Amino acid sequence: MRKHLLMAVPAAAASAATPVYAGDMQVQLEIPRLRVAEYHKPYVAVWIENEAGKTVATLDAWYQTDAKGEDGRKWLPDLRTWWRRAGRAASMPANGISGPTQAPGRYSMQFKEGTRPLPNLTAGAYTLRVEAAREVGGREMVSIPFQWPPRKAMSGSAAGTKELGAVRLTIKP
Amino acid sequence: MFAKSSLLAAGLAIGLSALMPSTAAEAHRRWLLPSSTVLAGEAEIVSVDAAASNALFVFEHRAMGLDDLTVTGPDGQAVTPDIIGSGAYRSVFDVPLKKQGTYRIALVNSGMMGSYELNGERHRWRGKRADLESGIPAGATNVRVSEMAGRTETFVTLGAPNDTALAATGQGLEMIPVTHPNDLVTGEAARMQFLADGAPAAGLELEFVAGGTRYRDDPGIRKLTTDAEGMVSLQVDEPGMYYLEASTSSDGGPAADEDGGMANEGAAPAKRMSYTAVLEFMPL
Repeated sequence: MRKHLLMAVPAAAASAATPVYAGDMQVQLEIPRLRVAEYHKPYVAVWIENEAGKTVATLDAWYQTDAKGEDGRKWLPDLRTWWRRAGRAASMPANGISGPTQAPGRYSMQFKEGTRPLPNLTAGAYTLRVEAAREVGGREMVSIPFQWPPRKAMSGSAAGTKELGAVRLTIKP
Repeated sequence: MFAKSSLLAAGLAIGLSALMPSTAAEAHRRWLLPSSTVLAGEAEIVSVDAAASNALFVFEHRAMGLDDLTVTGPDGQAVTPDIIGSGAYRSVFDVPLKKQGTYRIALVNSGMMGSYELNGERHRWRGKRADLESGIPAGATNVRVSEMAGRTETFVTLGAPNDTALAATGQGLEMIPVTHPNDLVTGEAARMQFLADGAPAAGLELEFVAGGTRYRDDPGIRKLTTDAEGMVSLQVDEPGMYYLEASTSSDGGPAADEDGGMANEGAAPAKRMSYTAVLEFMPL
């Protein structure tokens, strides 16, 4: 389903960033390991909004795709900000975008401008948003503002406190 | 003199309330509470409680009857609900959502009621407007009739919202959402227009109340008034289910002359219109 690279990053290697290709965007995010009695892997959405707050691209959507009997899309509105701004108008599964939920760990995603799911972006200010929601758990969203196109390699980061760990955006001309 | 006029006023009030539909006499809130308002997937089911109560949203007074239940689907077509039944305090039904878009779930009633005298006895009559002439026998005197129109509704959306089911019917008091009723979030003003029989309801007084009244001391009733275009703005800080209520009464012209004939057929009878809705505001 997913065409862009989604790599589980070994914890030790997480800071040694994966090489970023020219004109590309890299999103690294961490799903924290939680000590709870009942753990379900979180639904996660990664998307980009323009200055007007309009979604220009959903980069990734993790949801339960291997459900036995139940349609995992039922719980997509729990990613409530993404659902309102993008998800409800999209059709899931979305080729090259959506994929199954992931276990706790660090993940790295590469996106190439002009290649699905990252369209060519007009110059301007944007915000990367990462939202996570967990069954019988909480919801959290982090945001990283950035300018496009980047004049040089740039990175920004944000950290969640509950449902998300460190989130890092790296962009390069 | 003082005592007498008070008694007169009291008698008048009783007389008037006897004419009014039961909704006027009882102040209980009427509501349809859906299990969810924002849903996703190919198909879903929303389950709805229907009750009249004081506390929100607690079923503690009586179940709402479901004879007047109307569900309009995203294509404007009627959707058949699955009636589960009625208990002492609430009725329950499921609405199958098989098409993407917005559903309007409503209890809509309309009709006329009144009283007349025949051979010295007072009779009550209740029925549809079309049956007014046949329902009140020839020779009836002191005919009093009033018209009523009530709407109790809520909205749910599967997938992306659409507006087809939200179109005005032109009947009674209704809310035409400018802001989509399933796109309501805390901190953002939602605009709604109110119509009375299809015309903007200017200066309409509304009560806007957050659910959860049982767990707070303040009844939390916000009084709002529509502007000249019937528009009102709803804004909340706390997410949750909210209750909105409005009603109007007009006196109308005399429905009958002294002889009891329907002399003023052209005159509008007294009319009472009521509207209630349950709206969910999501956290942003």
